[in-house]
Amino acid sequence: MAINPDFLGKTFPAGPPYEISRVKLAEFADAIGDPNPVYRDRSAAVEAGFPDVIAPPTFPIVVSMASSARALADPALNLNYAMVVHGEQRFSYVRPLHAGDVVTAQVTISDIRDVGLNSTMTTITRISTVAGEHVCTAYSTLVERGGAA
Amino acid sequence: MSDQVGYDDVEVGTELAAVSYPATRLSLVKYCGASGDFNVIHWNERIAKSVGLPDVIAHGMFTMAQAGRFVTDWAGPKATVVDFGVRFSSPVVVPDDDVGASITVSGQVEEKLDGNRVALALTTRSRDTKVLTRARAVVRLP
Repeated sequence: MAINPDFLGKTFPAGPPYEISRVKLAEFADAIGDPNPVYRDRSAAVEAGFPDVIAPPTFPIVVSMASSARALADPALNLNYAMVVHGEQRFSYVRPLHAGDVVTAQVTISDIRDVGLNSTMTTITRISTVAGEHVCTAYSTLVERGGAA
Repeated sequence: MSDQVGYDDVEVGTELAAVSYPATRLSLVKYCGASGDFNVIHWNERIAKSVGLPDVIAHGMFTMAQAGRFVTDWAGPKATVVDFGVRFSSPVVVPDDDVGASITVSGQVEEKLDGNRVALALTTRSRDTKVLTRARAVVRLP
């Protein structure tokens, strides 16, 4: 059974605010194997012109996934997660996220379609600070293998 | 980490030399924990194979992160990434051995844009297969 097309266009309420900590950014940078000091050493980040340690370019996926996981978990969406692979990902940044940012992510399902035997779903996640500053938009396309079979 | 690149020093067509990054089972376990993406296909060989994959595969976002590192290492600490997009064309298969997989990223300066922005076209391979296509980053340089 395919992804439920009734979810097309649905926007999910932003979840609880996500506070970005230095510890989390260092952990993420370690996990991707990137030793860059701007992700873990505040003085290096300040020297580079940032207010605090910054997030690696792909870190917004962590914030985005925390919100989209709630949406994707809805049984009515009918997404079989073990069959899901990532199809496309894009980030458009206003500025890098940095430690101390408190952000929320609002997820909208912008596309659901069948491509051959697979189903794809595209989400647009708008990440903003709790003060209302738009920081990053993430565009994700997930592929459910065999979802249209 | 590289030295700082300046916008005025960049020429369209310049090739960015390839760099290889490792991806082991441990990398994936760490990435599961740090990212919160615990999809079983990234750590459970039995289930990965049962759903038709050759073996455990890397998170697409782990692979994209390596391409991101390639970009930021080239651009230098004072650069900021303003746009970064990829298509995941083939999985990075990570065997359960002491070596794992290797992700090799190379690039080319594709375009110089206004506002001190530079567009890079990236090529990302594992085992001679392109694992990312349409991979493009735009960075703002000092």
